Amino acid sequence: MNLTRRNLLAGAGSAPLLLSAQEALSQGAQPKRGGVLNIILNPEPPILQIGVNNQTPTLICGTKITQGLLKFSPSLDPLPELAKSWTVSPDGLEYVFRLQENVKWHDGRPFTAEDVIYSVMTFNREIAPRLRGVLSGIGEAAAPDPHTVRFVLKQAFQPFLLCFDATALPIVAKHIYDGNDIRSNPANARPVGTGPFRFVEWQRGNFVRMERFDDYWKPGQPYLDGILWRVIPDGQSRRLAIQSGQVQMTTATDIEPFDIPALRQAPNLNVTTRGWEYFSPLFWFEVNHRVKPFDDKRVRQAMSMALDRNFIVNRLWFGLGKAATGPVASTTRFYEADAKLPPFDVSKARALLDEVGLRPNAQGIRGSFKYVIPPYGEIWNRMGEYFRQAMRQIGFDVTLESTDAGTWGSRVANWDYEATSNVLYQYGDPSLGVERSYVSSNIQKILFTNTAGYSNPKVDELFAKARVAATEADRRAAFSEVQKILVDDVPLLWVVEVNYPTVTDKRLHNAVQLGTGDHACYDDVFLS
Amino acid sequence: MTGLLRRFTRHPGAVIGAVALLLVLALALLAPLLFPGSPWDMAGAPFSPPGEDGMLLGSDSLGRDVAAGIAYGARVSLMVGAVSTIVSILIGVALGALAGYLGGVVDDAVMRFTEFFQTIPSFVLAILLVAIFTPSITSIVAAIAIVSWPPVARVVRAEFLSLRGREFVQAAEVLGKRPLSIVLTDILPNALSPIIVLASLNTASAILLESSLSFLGLGDPNLMSWGFLIGSGRSVIRIAWWMSVFPGIAIFITVLALNLIGEGLSDAMNPRLRKRGAP
Repeated sequence: MNLTRRNLLAGAGSAPLLLSAQEALSQGAQPKRGGVLNIILNPEPPILQIGVNNQTPTLICGTKITQGLLKFSPSLDPLPELAKSWTVSPDGLEYVFRLQENVKWHDGRPFTAEDVIYSVMTFNREIAPRLRGVLSGIGEAAAPDPHTVRFVLKQAFQPFLLCFDATALPIVAKHIYDGNDIRSNPANARPVGTGPFRFVEWQRGNFVRMERFDDYWKPGQPYLDGILWRVIPDGQSRRLAIQSGQVQMTTATDIEPFDIPALRQAPNLNVTTRGWEYFSPLFWFEVNHRVKPFDDKRVRQAMSMALDRNFIVNRLWFGLGKAATGPVASTTRFYEADAKLPPFDVSKARALLDEVGLRPNAQGIRGSFKYVIPPYGEIWNRMGEYFRQAMRQIGFDVTLESTDAGTWGSRVANWDYEATSNVLYQYGDPSLGVERSYVSSNIQKILFTNTAGYSNPKVDELFAKARVAATEADRRAAFSEVQKILVDDVPLLWVVEVNYPTVTDKRLHNAVQLGTGDHACYDDVFLS
Repeated sequence: MTGLLRRFTRHPGAVIGAVALLLVLALALLAPLLFPGSPWDMAGAPFSPPGEDGMLLGSDSLGRDVAAGIAYGARVSLMVGAVSTIVSILIGVALGALAGYLGGVVDDAVMRFTEFFQTIPSFVLAILLVAIFTPSITSIVAAIAIVSWPPVARVVRAEFLSLRGREFVQAAEVLGKRPLSIVLTDILPNALSPIIVLASLNTASAILLESSLSFLGLGDPNLMSWGFLIGSGRSVIRIAWWMSVFPGIAIFITVLALNLIGEGLSDAMNPRLRKRGAP
């Protein structure tokens, strides 16, 4: 199916909203007004304005205040949000969005096309480094009338619509930010958005309180009276809070993986791992290609073969994930099922290393290297310990190094490491979230670029081709080919497609419906 | 020496302590025989309760044998305790002897320097040092030694001050002995008993300090220590109590044993208690 046609269909009406109401009815629950939803906020974010800060807690909390033009289904089809419909020209260059009418900012001013143009062309272009390249590809942005926005691209870019989620391109008020410094704007402390909830109070270290926005643009919504975000820094206390019903929802890494099996059994709770399809976090072990023998792809292949991904998923992540098969997450659109890594096979891995000429000495050691543990919590330590044992099996002696977050970031960014691990979001499209880790033009001294230093002209060419290809079929062909090359080259040792669990109280409805899950605006969420 | 041993063995607590410490020492030495392979090996199913899956004390979240961890952890803990104590005693004795023997300006300078260290809470300083020099076994041993020498220096200085004016020291000086040889052969042997007692107590606190650092995640990530075992078991204590309880017992027994030994030594070496029925 053609992407353009699907956009038109999705934009034609508010079918998905009706669907969610129908779903609710079929579950025997009619949307009900009233009630305050308690959600855990962890770790406490520094700021709640999306864009100014983009950490996961900011995104989950801030999306209730700030909205985007579009939102995305679990299969990553665009759905209307602030844009009620849109058209894409057949050449893929012109995008026209029709905006919702009667939308008000939380300070009472009307929302217009000018706000959208300001948000896309100024606000996000200035503060969203990941999208700067995409946004500078917009040749023309115009507002033919107060409720229509037209963008003309210099060059076709198929995943353009995927950039319009609230978490990537938040729409902010022009009258608040224009002419002021964005990062130091006082409004960052009290965000003003178009969302169903308005910011009321933030007691640092304690809670963030949001109230229902009575002038919200969907009549009769939101259903909740407010949301109270509770800051609970201790993992076991968070578990008790959800179990005892003090809070009705936890998300992402709030609950330790090993506590999830018990919560699945709890009669008052639902556990789901859906709702991360748009982000599709992928965990990998990363080796620095500038360090010998990691420049030899056979060594990387052997290392990859020595990793028992099913063991990792089941024992370390307690089933909250899926064994990765390659660089593209299986939950995203251009996943190529035929491009698969060789299976777990220690003896084959040893044979491969013998072939390279890395012969074991009397102690069975072929070589040694250091692994920097990212200091983000227990699972990262356990992954490091697993990696050391797995590498020992094939004759590599791995020394683990502990650091603090700042040191880890700067060491990886400055290529000053031998091996480490990382998790990156895929943002629904390989051109947005995958390409950056493999193309040689992105070998930069910046975190989350191609820090490993992998370079293959054929891969560069295919990613470039997919980026500008006008049709989905052409892109698919290029992405399939590049995935086949990458699983053979093994530039990174992909391990787990992480599935973060969302735990909700059974009285809570509609919390996870989109491909962005709990990053939705929650105007249709209710408590029964 | 035999008199000392007899007086020591008359102290029941001290004997129990010595036996317990010998057992821990034996466990540490025999670890590779009792548990061939590495304590990091994922030997069985994760979260096996004690006794199941062939693992006496159960397994941890990766299926590693807790008993093997404790045996290998004993090596790390005892080694850290011994080495850091030796280093701290060397620093403390050197500075304390210098201050106590020379007195005057040197005494003032050394004591102000010592007080500088004593005003900083030792655990906070240890955390700071390990965090700055990145966690490794060397930085941990160094940090523990650096925070634990000041009491040694003070005790040694006090002993030296009182021994300095005794007749046998004056006699040695009159005989023309060099100061260094007076310090080493005349004063130090007479100041030895409080140093030995302090050493055994310092070893106990060094083991506790290393465990606390590992518990906070500041241990050497390549060494299985008791503190690491407890730290990694803490968050799953509701699912697997054995992961933190058994290493905790190991620390408790070892530290208690060292304290009992220290107390026994202190009593055995105390000249006032010596008169009671002793030869």
